[in-house]
Order: sequence, then C-alpha cells, then structure tokens
Amino acid sequence: MTAQASAVIVTKGLTRRFGALTAVDSLDLVIEQGEVLGFLGHNGAGKTTTVRLLNGVLTASAGQARVLGLDPASDGVALRRRTGVLTETPSLDERLTAREQLAIYADLYDVPRSQVSARVDELLEAFQLADRGDDRVSGYSKGMRQRLALARSFLHKPELLFLDEPTSGLDPVSTRQVHTLIREQSRSGDHTVFLCTHNLEEAQRLCHRVAVLEHGRLVAIGAPAELGRNLWQGVRLEVETSPACVELASSVIHAFPAARDVTLAEDRPILTLALADREQIPQLVERLAAAGAPLYRLDPQEPTLEDVYFALHGEQEATR
Amino acid sequence: MNRRAILAIVRRDLLTVSRSKGVMYPLIIVPLILMVAMPAALGYFMPASTRAPNVNIGELEQFLAQMPATLQAQFATYTLEQQLIVYMLLYMFAPLFLVMPLMVSTVIAADSFAGEKERKTLEALIYTPTSDMELFVGKLLSGWLPAMAVSLISFVLYGVSANLSAWPTMQHIFFPNAMWLVLVFWVTPGAAALGMGAAVLVSSRVSTFQEAYQLSSIVVIPIVLLVLVQALGVIYLSVALTVALGVVIWIAAVALLWWGVRTFRRNEIIARW
Ligand SMILES: Nc1ncnc2c1ncn2[C@@H]1O[C@H](COP(=O)(O)OP(=O)(O)O)[C@@H](O)[C@H]1O
Ligand SMILES: [Mg+2]
Repeated sequence: MTAQASAVIVTKGLTRRFGALTAVDSLDLVIEQGEVLGFLGHNGAGKTTTVRLLNGVLTASAGQARVLGLDPASDGVALRRRTGVLTETPSLDERLTAREQLAIYADLYDVPRSQVSARVDELLEAFQLADRGDDRVSGYSKGMRQRLALARSFLHKPELLFLDEPTSGLDPVSTRQVHTLIREQSRSGDHTVFLCTHNLEEAQRLCHRVAVLEHGRLVAIGAPAELGRNLWQGVRLEVETSPACVELASSVIHAFPAARDVTLAEDRPILTLALADREQIPQLVERLAAAGAPLYRLDPQEPTLEDVYFALHGEQEATR
Repeated sequence: MNRRAILAIVRRDLLTVSRSKGVMYPLIIVPLILMVAMPAALGYFMPASTRAPNVNIGELEQFLAQMPATLQAQFATYTLEQQLIVYMLLYMFAPLFLVMPLMVSTVIAADSFAGEKERKTLEALIYTPTSDMELFVGKLLSGWLPAMAVSLISFVLYGVSANLSAWPTMQHIFFPNAMWLVLVFWVTPGAAALGMGAAVLVSSRVSTFQEAYQLSSIVVIPIVLLVLVQALGVIYLSVALTVALGVVIWIAAVALLWWGVRTFRRNEIIARW
C-alpha cells in the first residue's frame, strides 16, 4: 500500500465481520498528521471496532491498515507505544487511587522512571484531580472518572490519540471541561486525534474534518462546513426581528412547515432555522410580514453537521 | 519480555486484590484455622484424650495397627500418645496443607481473570504496549506469588504451632520431616500453578468472580480424597510418594497453563465480549 508521507492513518478496504454482521465495511481513510478527525456515527455504526482494528487489538477480516507507518496486525506492541486510547467505558480500577493508577500505567507505557512522579503530578493538576489524587476511584463522580481516564491516555504523550465517545453520559459542565482539555492537549505539539462521537455539536466544535460512518460504511468525509455545502441543498438562516415581536415571529416560524431546528437566541430577538430549499425563503418572509413581525435582518449561515445528517439520513434517523 | 510491564501488572493486581474483602477474608481466615488453630488443638488435647476415663485404648491401638507397616516401623520406639501425635500432625495434615496454595491461587486468579471481565477493566490494559504473553505472565505471577507467600508463612506457623502444642508429649522438635520439605518446596509451587491453570480455564467460560471461584475450587477435591485414603490406612505420604504426587500435579499444571497461554490472545478476548 502506498501511503502519503505525512499520513498517520491509512486504511484500504478495512473490514471486520462478526459472524453474519459486518461491523466495519471496506473502510478507506487517510488521516494527516496534526489533524483532529471526528468519527461520527450512531450506536453500533462501527466506531469502537475501528479503533480496535487500528490499535491491533482486534484482527481485521479483510483489507489493510497502516498506522504511524506500522501494520497494527503485526506491529501491535510497537504501535501501541505511540498511541493513547480513551476507551468507551473508562475501564478504571475502582480499588486503586488515581495516583496509583497513573503510576502503574506509566510503567506499562514505559515513561522514563525518573519522570513518572512529576508527570503524574502534572496530569493530576491539569485534569483537576490533584486534591483527590490519593482517593480510590470508587468514590469518584462520572466526570472525575472521565478526566482520569483521559489523563491516563495522555500519560506517555502519544503521537496519535483515540478518544471513544469522550463525553457521552457527562453533564454539560463536565462535557465542557473535557472539551477544553482535549483542545488544550491536542493544540500542544503535532498530535493527531481520532475522535469517535455521536454528538454532532462536539464534532463540529473540536474537529478539522469529520467522517460519517453508517452501518460500518463511510458515507461522507470532509470539513464540517464543506460537508454541509456539498451534501446539503438547504439553507440555514438567522432572522432578526424587534424585541416586542419575538414571540409572534417565533410562532410564525414554528408553524411554517418547511422550517426545522428553530432556536431562539437567549438575549437578543434573533431566531435561527434551517430550510430544505432556498425557494422557501420568500414564502417565509411573506408570512412574517403578514403577521406583522418586522424583519430587520435575514442572514444565511454555514450549515451545521446536523444539517448534513438530515441530508444523509432523513428525519427519523437524525433525531434518533 | 518487558519486566517493568510485567511487574506493573503484578503490582496492579495485588493492590486490587488486597483491597477486596471477598478475596482477603478467606486468605487470612483459612490458614489461621487450618494451619494454626487446628494443629494447636490436636497437639495439645489429643494426648490427654487417651487418658480420659471412657476412652477405649484398644480401639486407638487397633486404629494405629492398621497403618502401613513401614510407617509403624518408623515409630516403633514411640509411646502410644507420641504415635498419635506424629500420625496426625505429620501425616494427616500434610495433604491439607496443599489447600493453601490451591485456595490462594484460585481465589486470586478468579478475581484477576473472571473478576476483571466482570468489572470491565481489562480493556485499558489490552491497549497497552504489552504482548499477550507479558499480560498473561503478569497475571499468572500475581496469583502465584501470593499463593507461595501464604503457603510458606503457613508452613512456618504450622511448624511453630505443632511443635509447641505437642511439646509436653514429644519433648523434641518433630516437625518438619523430609516428606514435608518435599511437600513445601516441590509440590506446593506446582499446586499453586495448578490452581492458576484451573482458574484461568474456568474464568474463560464464566463471567463473574463468584462463579469462577466456586467452580475452580473443585481442584481441592482430590486433596480431600487424599486425606481420606490416608486415614483409611491405604497409603501414607512417604517421600517417594510425595515426589510422585508433585510430578502429577506439575504435569497437570503445565498442561492447563499451556492451554491458557495459547488461548489468552487479546484479539480473541476482545472479540468474545
Ligand atoms: N465482539 C463483538 N462480537 C459481536 N458483535 C460485535 C462485537 N463488537 C461489536 N459488535 C457489533 O458490531 C457493530 C459495531 O459495533 P461498535 O464498533 O461497538 O459500534 P459503535 O462503537 O459505533 O457504537 C455493532 O452492531 C455491534 O453489535
Ligand atoms: Mg462504541
């Protein structure tokens, strides 16, 4: 397989079957160094299986992969030295403290002995666990566990980081913390990040490019905005009206059959919405005017990944 | 082999195990009862029981008379009381001692193989840059080392307990004899390995620590048989027989572990979940 010089992950026809089920189906991917790639798909789409294949902990049924220039199937040990993985379930040892856990994994990842204790302290500090570092994990909240698991995957400063649904099941505050940590860590140096998620907003906020996976098959790949432009024929609009008429405008727009994903800004009289077709804009303007809601501004927006999802999956799938 | 990684796995498993009540209680209580309290009670009270008013000395003599002739010859110069002590504390207890390595290794292996499956904590370990062999060896050692430690400590405690409690009767240090040294340093390491092998086998089939522990405890049954056969006077644990017992146990252990090494493949473990 000929790989681009700067590519960190290259797969060709990568396939994994479990009995009659094809969990990953002829995956062709090229991921560049320094890239944050969002691997987007519903539950069961094949994200976790792909991470396992790319780390050489599961063997492929067909196809090839090169990760950091190595073959995961035969060079798994050497490869895993250079990758870090946040598994879907944190996979922490409940009966150990955070500090013990990190120190043990530092040994497993061969962090130079003289650096272990400083590195552990540094990570506990960075992941806001310093004051609880000597407590057993069994007493940790979900957010703390996720931060600890994340710290563990950063332990040996991996060149390539796999994050499998890093924020699923977390509350909004923990989610934001985790996002900040991922962004900070991926900014420092030329890390490549492979981020599995079923959260569109997360992918949009963190990723340079997004690959959309459905039933093990890659259905689209590109920058979020670019994907939107290519795959979605509709428009996303920002509508500004007068403060007095927000309620009225909102009810008109909600009643407009073609409008989707309608949201109202918290502090300003601005509504955003998506329309499947720009030909529907004049109609909407007419209705707003007829209802007596003044229109101060009507701006087209970049499409979101959610819009792409609608284009790809249709309504039921996207809201599942 | 990456020694640092193997030791890290051992450290992790031992820390985990040492903080589990379900694992630690049997590891402390069983040796205390079996290897300290019971020999102390026997050594102290048994001689006295021969002098109790309603004891039929003839029955005791008959019991000793049905023992193998070689064994009787060894202790021809002993009094009846001394013979009883030697017979109970040197011979009857010897097979029971093997409960130590077997119990410790099965309980820890059940926790570190099946328990880990139950707690879903193996996945992070699977992603580390260790080979399948290193993972397996790390997990084996984390059961085998404590099994040996508990056994050796039990051996010392047993020796102290037996010699002290029987001192009034024996008037000399009678424990251990050559057979016990073979038992402790040749059979016991094999039994610890056999317990590991049995628990690894069982753990690959069941999904909880409790199931794995209970099922793998079956390896203790042959020991109970051994105790019975010896009590009936069919055989006694001579040095030669103990060496042979060790050979059988080692062969069974190596066979089980050989199978274990070949099936402990991370890509199969992860695909079976
Ligand atoms: N070890 C396995 N045995 C059988 N089926 C599996 C196994 N692992 C995953 N699958 C199936 O493969 C599909 C993809 O799973 P997974 O990669 O976990 O998806 P995702 O991470 O995107 O939710 C699912 O249908 C899942 O049930
Ligand atoms: Mg998954």
